Amino acid sequence: MTAALAAVRAGITRRRRLDLAFAAVGVCALALGLLTLGALLWDLGADGAGRLSWDFLTSFPSRHAEKAGILSAWVGTALVMLVTACAAVPLGVGAGVYLEEYAPKNRFTELIEVNIANLAGVPSVVYGLMALGLFVYRFGFGQSVLTAGLTLALLILPIVITATREAIRAIPGHLREAAFALGATRWETTRDHVVPYSLGGILTGVIIGLSRAIGESAPLVTIGALAFIAFLPPAPVKAAAPFLSFEWLMSPFTVLPIQMFNWVSRPQAPFHLNAAGAGLVLLTMTLAMNGAAIWLRYRFRKRIKW
Amino acid sequence: MVETLLLAAALSSVAVTLAIVGILVAESIPFFRAVPLGTFLTDTQWMPLFSEPRYGILPLVCGTLVTTGVALLVAVPVGTIAAVYLSEYAPHRVREWVKPMLELLSAVPTVVYGYFALLFVTPALQRVLPDLPGFNMLSAGLVIGVMIVPYISSLSEDAMRAVPVHLREGAYALGSTRLQTALGVVMPSAFSGIAAAYVLGISRAIGETMVVAIAAGMQPTMTWDPTQPAATITAYIVQVSLGDLPHDSIGYQTIFAAGLTLMLMTLSFNVAGHILRKRFREVY
Repeated sequence: MTAALAAVRAGITRRRRLDLAFAAVGVCALALGLLTLGALLWDLGADGAGRLSWDFLTSFPSRHAEKAGILSAWVGTALVMLVTACAAVPLGVGAGVYLEEYAPKNRFTELIEVNIANLAGVPSVVYGLMALGLFVYRFGFGQSVLTAGLTLALLILPIVITATREAIRAIPGHLREAAFALGATRWETTRDHVVPYSLGGILTGVIIGLSRAIGESAPLVTIGALAFIAFLPPAPVKAAAPFLSFEWLMSPFTVLPIQMFNWVSRPQAPFHLNAAGAGLVLLTMTLAMNGAAIWLRYRFRKRIKW
Repeated sequence: MVETLLLAAALSSVAVTLAIVGILVAESIPFFRAVPLGTFLTDTQWMPLFSEPRYGILPLVCGTLVTTGVALLVAVPVGTIAAVYLSEYAPHRVREWVKPMLELLSAVPTVVYGYFALLFVTPALQRVLPDLPGFNMLSAGLVIGVMIVPYISSLSEDAMRAVPVHLREGAYALGSTRLQTALGVVMPSAFSGIAAAYVLGISRAIGETMVVAIAAGMQPTMTWDPTQPAATITAYIVQVSLGDLPHDSIGYQTIFAAGLTLMLMTLSFNVAGHILRKRFREVY
């Protein structure tokens, strides 16, 4: 009897030990992830912080590492992101609204949904190949800001669509029914109620999507954008009428991740320091965007109670 | 009117898929006219730009599988354990803080990871393995592994948290520890979601481009040894894109053939994941 009892007790102790051991392993797994993030930030900071200066931000790339800067890169990044946002937001939000508010439940809608899920799993370099064949050669856009912006817009389309759908799905049906009961059409309900209430979630998704696009280099390398760019695209604002110019859309460009890739693939160590500097600027931008998205999500989740 | 516009927006995603498949196939057709499919799939050398070109995709597939394998050896255990810990062990406040921080790992641009692999991880590994070359698949794979941890941990954790609490309470009432509950009740119930997380991780690792292009070298080599440099499919596409190939050359067409192979690899994993999910979905 006591022997059996002792055996059971030993079993319980063993299981408790295993349980605690797993908790320790779990903490280690989390620590591994977070420490890697820390090591990455530290490594980049230690190498690149010395290169960060006003000159670095306002100089063109150069054959001399210590004179080189990222002016054309960050201007290019800003312009490409502008095109990406202008293309991805209307398409993505429109598609999300259609799928949640208008789409009938049939095989066709299901096809669109499966298709979006699959697009999210397509490697980014494949988008680059598609853009190379379609935008660069068939449409004749060349290796321009327009091609790059559209490519990245298509790349983040699934992210924007999914975020829009999730935000809209969180809005309770009785709000729509109230609007319908007052005689609003489906579009009026969508425009005046559904979209405004889900704006926080949609905005979060757009920011996450753009932060993904800002760091992407593979599709842009594939369209052939790895050039030595020591000039800025034509300014979008002109002194004379009609004041706005879209020449910059067709201009060759470089962006921050590509400039960084260019520097990191050179054998000379001084260029690696430039790469770290460009990486720090890029990382600050993406982390700031992600931080903003997390904060937005947290704020909207807290404030709205239906 | 508005509905038509919105429908057009939704259809744009279908158009993107058609464009991807159409372009990859259309641009590969001239390549496969010149190179028989059998040679492409069985030749063990990939030297398309040499004077005596060889067109065997196997070395590139091999490089892709090795880096992906190394990445998964890191990401699957770490991601799964992190997910179990966050879902079953961690106090609410810890989860609220740690989960977004872990997700930042997937927000870091891949070119920054490439820098990290080449100039931090490789030198660190060389202290342990002095013979390790400056370019190698091991450090690229390890870094990709860490990069995809959040994909696996976040999605798996969401799946585990969706398991109804009363199932856990049943296990606890029978005297299970948290570990037994997690392994015996929660993980089997969340299997379809966890499988989906793994599949996403695998697709990311296969399609990852910049880390391997920077840190694993660009020589197509047929080797299963991760400490060696070798090119992946993606690295080859980057390497060709860096040069200036004329539009109609066979070199230009090879990247579309390589891209088609890559696309089919990720697609087959996605389809497998879809089937797994359908078969093992638990409904409460």
